[in-house]
Amino acid sequence: MIGFVSYLVNGISLGSVYAIIALGYTMVYGIAKMLNFAHGDVIMVGAFVVFSTVTGMGLPPVIGILISVVVCTVLGVVIERVAYKPLRQASKLAVLITAIGVSYFLQNMALLIYGANTKSFTSVVTVPAITLADGALVISGETIVTVIACVIIMIALSLFIKYSKSGRAMLAVSEDSGAAQLMGVNVNSTIALTFAIGSALAAIAGVLLCSSYPSLTPYTGSMPGIKAFVAAVFGGIGSIPGAFIGGILLGIIEILGRAYISTQLSDAIVFAVLIIVLLVKPTGLLGKQIQEKV
Amino acid sequence: MKVRNFSKTTRSNLITYGMVIVAYIIVEIFLRAGMVSSLIEGLLVPLCVYVILAVSLNLTVGISGELSLGHAGFMCVGAFAGATFSKCVEEVITFGPLRFLLALLIGTLCAALFGILVGIPVLRLKGDYLAIVTLAFGEIIKNVVNVIYLGRDSRGFHVSIKDTISLGLEDEGEVIIKGAQGITGTPNDSTFLWGIILILITLFIVINLINSRTGRAIMAIRDNRIAAESVGVSVTKYKLLAFSVSAALAGTAGVLYAHNLSTLTALPKNFGYNMSITILVFVVLGGIGNIRGSVIAAVVLTLLPELLRGLNDYRMLIYAIILIATMIFTSSPGGQEIQERIKLFFERRKTKEA
Repeated sequence: MIGFVSYLVNGISLGSVYAIIALGYTMVYGIAKMLNFAHGDVIMVGAFVVFSTVTGMGLPPVIGILISVVVCTVLGVVIERVAYKPLRQASKLAVLITAIGVSYFLQNMALLIYGANTKSFTSVVTVPAITLADGALVISGETIVTVIACVIIMIALSLFIKYSKSGRAMLAVSEDSGAAQLMGVNVNSTIALTFAIGSALAAIAGVLLCSSYPSLTPYTGSMPGIKAFVAAVFGGIGSIPGAFIGGILLGIIEILGRAYISTQLSDAIVFAVLIIVLLVKPTGLLGKQIQEKV
Repeated sequence: MKVRNFSKTTRSNLITYGMVIVAYIIVEIFLRAGMVSSLIEGLLVPLCVYVILAVSLNLTVGISGELSLGHAGFMCVGAFAGATFSKCVEEVITFGPLRFLLALLIGTLCAALFGILVGIPVLRLKGDYLAIVTLAFGEIIKNVVNVIYLGRDSRGFHVSIKDTISLGLEDEGEVIIKGAQGITGTPNDSTFLWGIILILITLFIVINLINSRTGRAIMAIRDNRIAAESVGVSVTKYKLLAFSVSAALAGTAGVLYAHNLSTLTALPKNFGYNMSITILVFVVLGGIGNIRGSVIAAVVLTLLPELLRGLNDYRMLIYAIILIATMIFTSSPGGQEIQERIKLFFERRKTKEA
């Protein structure tokens, strides 16, 4: 029983990281209507920046994380300006391939700078672990910080989108960008803001992910990126609570699958659950059903 | 001289076939003359594999209009089915080409079967949802193949998903698929000539499919599903047909790929979503729906990283930059304007010369 609870806690911890990444994914998808394959690699960049500043230069973790968030935010906006903005009117596939190009670019840039060797990431979390049930259940500091960070980000993001002016501009653009523009919303800066927020979240996710799973390579971000996208689709893409629920569920399924069924098949189980959910509910758990008109 | 009056499409298709044959002859001459480096020589069969994959994916993405990110999964099915067969009959059928032909048939059929099985649920979805589900299926196939253990002894076949010991083989039994270690010792039946023949067959199937009544129905569904449905085109049937033919051809490519390697393992590199994406890049850069474009793009983009090898660590970086730049150049309004200007410039020069 304690074993199950401890797996569950690990699952929620991993799921919180997926949820943070998925929030960024879902926002970008909702507004730019594109699969941003490079999102996972921004996570990797975020983690590498913290690795360089904290482990390399010996700066305090808080400053390292701040620098990482700033770097990723700028990176996200630059990627959007250089690679995606010229293709605003282009076909979806063209944008997808460009995103893949950006993903290759970031991976190989990291490969050039840091090499292919796995770096061991020192956890930046200093919160002590909690021991429950007479030492049978240990909740690590990383888990506590990750879950709290995820909940705070989710609530802050929901409030931001619901009540702030730029948040509502985001909603308007995702609903109908043409109409939003006619109403005086600056579509370009709204999209840039979305990328900025998404990339900042990716930086935080990168730090949290590598604090719990401390191996860092230029390809660290790609699988969590894909999984987070699965989480976003799972919860209904474009929906913020959906991304949160999807992320948490996915993390729990992955850890429980790894513990009770098969280590090698845990990814397959995650993907199989996604397929089943989509077949039953083709727009995800909380997705909106849009009626097709002739 | 009187030129026979072919229709425009026929002429264009003949050029495509001719291009492949001419390429084969040229490469063969260079090979005989010993002017090909061993690096490039080793790349010839993979090149054929990529061309077949690109052409077959173009059937799904370009002609049927469904974004599939799981093409490598079908290739994986074909590769493992074909290699398992070859390994089983290695002693029974000693005549290489016949064994390879049968392996091709089996690999292709297995991939087609998977295409139908995956296609039935997947094709109910649309757009990006379809893309992510095909990606999921591809990853599942790769993951499952990695845990399968298959052995054979006098009592028949044994399957396990744990390890070799749990197969419970007799002493003289033989382990064929060793989980994550894959299949070792597949006969090396793939040759460049086989690759070219398979490319030509693939082209023949895909081009004829496109220009048939079926192909027109598939394209009608792509352009407007509701309109096509309302004039009596069975959407499910034609979508599934295109999807499974595409999967079958990917299986063929897989068999060719498997028989070129001494050890076949399902790694993220060769059967993961990265591979599917690489093939998708060929299709998009070659021109969606343009078969000849897929062939050219597959060849050029496979050779490009090799040609850039002199730049060592920078080659993949440059590949990425070329990819982004090409997409922006061909698809953005700014890039299209530059293209127009270049065209105008050349036209002016032509008129001046005349």
